[in-house]
Amino acid sequence: MELITPAFGLIFWQTIIFLFVLLVLGKFAWKPILSALKDREQSIEEALQSAEKAKEEMANLVAENDKMIKEARIERDKILKEAANMAEEIRQEARNEAKVIGDKMIEDARAMIESEKNEAIKQIRNQVAELSLQITEKLLKKNLSGDKKQQELIKDYMKDIKLN
Amino acid sequence: MNNSSGVGIKKSIFYKLLLAILLMVPSVPGVAASEEGNKTSFIMHHVQDAHEWHLFTYGHTHVSIPLPVIIYEKGAGLHFYMSSDFFDEEHNKIEHDGFYIDDHEHLKATDESREFYDISITKNVASLFISVILLFWVFLSVAKRYKQNPLSPPKGLQSALEPIIIFIRDEIARPNIGEKKYEKFMPYLLSIFFFIWFNNLLGLLPGAANLTGNIAVTMTLALFTFVITNVSGTKDYWKHIFNTPGVPWWLKIPVPLMPVVEFIGILTKPFSLMVRLFANITAGHIIIMSLIALVFIFESVYIGPLSVFFGLFMNMVELLVAFIQAFVFTLLSAIYFGLAVEEHHEEEHSEGLEKASA
Repeated sequence: MELITPAFGLIFWQTIIFLFVLLVLGKFAWKPILSALKDREQSIEEALQSAEKAKEEMANLVAENDKMIKEARIERDKILKEAANMAEEIRQEARNEAKVIGDKMIEDARAMIESEKNEAIKQIRNQVAELSLQITEKLLKKNLSGDKKQQELIKDYMKDIKLN
Repeated sequence: MNNSSGVGIKKSIFYKLLLAILLMVPSVPGVAASEEGNKTSFIMHHVQDAHEWHLFTYGHTHVSIPLPVIIYEKGAGLHFYMSSDFFDEEHNKIEHDGFYIDDHEHLKATDESREFYDISITKNVASLFISVILLFWVFLSVAKRYKQNPLSPPKGLQSALEPIIIFIRDEIARPNIGEKKYEKFMPYLLSIFFFIWFNNLLGLLPGAANLTGNIAVTMTLALFTFVITNVSGTKDYWKHIFNTPGVPWWLKIPVPLMPVVEFIGILTKPFSLMVRLFANITAGHIIIMSLIALVFIFESVYIGPLSVFFGLFMNMVELLVAFIQAFVFTLLSAIYFGLAVEEHHEEEHSEGLEKASA
């Protein structure tokens, strides 16, 4: 029975001391400890969150950079293509122009040759006519003994003086 | 706490108590006169409180630390003595100033009509002071570090205690009391846990007092939990006790069976706390000392290794029990607080638990 009979003195001291413990530890130990734990947990959580945020921002930046590089590449390709097109156009134009000029020169030359040829034929004709007259003169001057012989002679001459 | 572990604890208490009772028999007065009784009487002497701090006995010389004896007498005020005043040189109990210490370590007055209260600094009170000094020293120094470097990782003693503090917060208080209200109870839960744990461990030291195995101490601690539970009880809590929802009306009127059962429940909770801690710690002390007593009983050198081996084993078990009992007391206190501050809704009882989980 002795063991399970609570003693007054011990209850008295236990109550006072435990209240004191609650008061002192509650105010000077548990309060700062619990608030420090809370603060630390909060700061860790915040740090983790901001790290996550930074990571996301980094990823965004990288994506943006990639996009910009891609766009620049497209732009470059476009410019190159345009330049090539323009060069081709210029070349084509030059070729066309050259062709036109060449054609014209050939045409001119042909026309000149034609006119020259015509002139030459004209001169030859005049010469033939003159030669014919001279031959006629010579024949006339010669004695016109036999008609037959004369005609043959004319024929011979005429044969020689074939146009061109 | 689930049912099976509750049964397990009850079972272990039962066996320990059974053993304690069996071992108590030889020390009961009358039987104690026998040879066997003298050999084991030191066990009961140890687990009980005393007015002096007995260290050891060498031959017939008792070496003990005298402690102050304080008596409050109605009308006469306070009396201060030393426990050594009540013993002569031969360590026989003597009368001093009208008071004497009886065979059960009770302070009595020779004049039985005198009304007084014994508020002596007994062995347990002295041990209480020591444990509190230790508690203050440990936790105030740890708190200082938290104040100075709140964001730096824990160091030294701080890193040993921080996981326990976090464990009490996250595994005991939060799930059982609820996210909204647990903070209010944290200082009490931490204080009670470390108080019990430290004293359980101190009690295992050789020559130390059996403070947490004293019914007066466990009763006071249980009363603290009881008072806090009922003071913080909400309207729902009291309604649950006096007009339990979801129970057939004939259990309440005309015979208020349920309210009576619920009301008894209020009282059994702290009672179980008191008995559990007291019985576990006292039983542990009795078992260890019984193993040592085997040496005196058998008076054989061959029993020595056995005693030492089982004694060591039990001491290891007691280290575990010291933590478990502190944990259980704290956990059950948290559960009782949780029940007291819980917000109930009528629908939950009639429509089942879907609403509660939703």
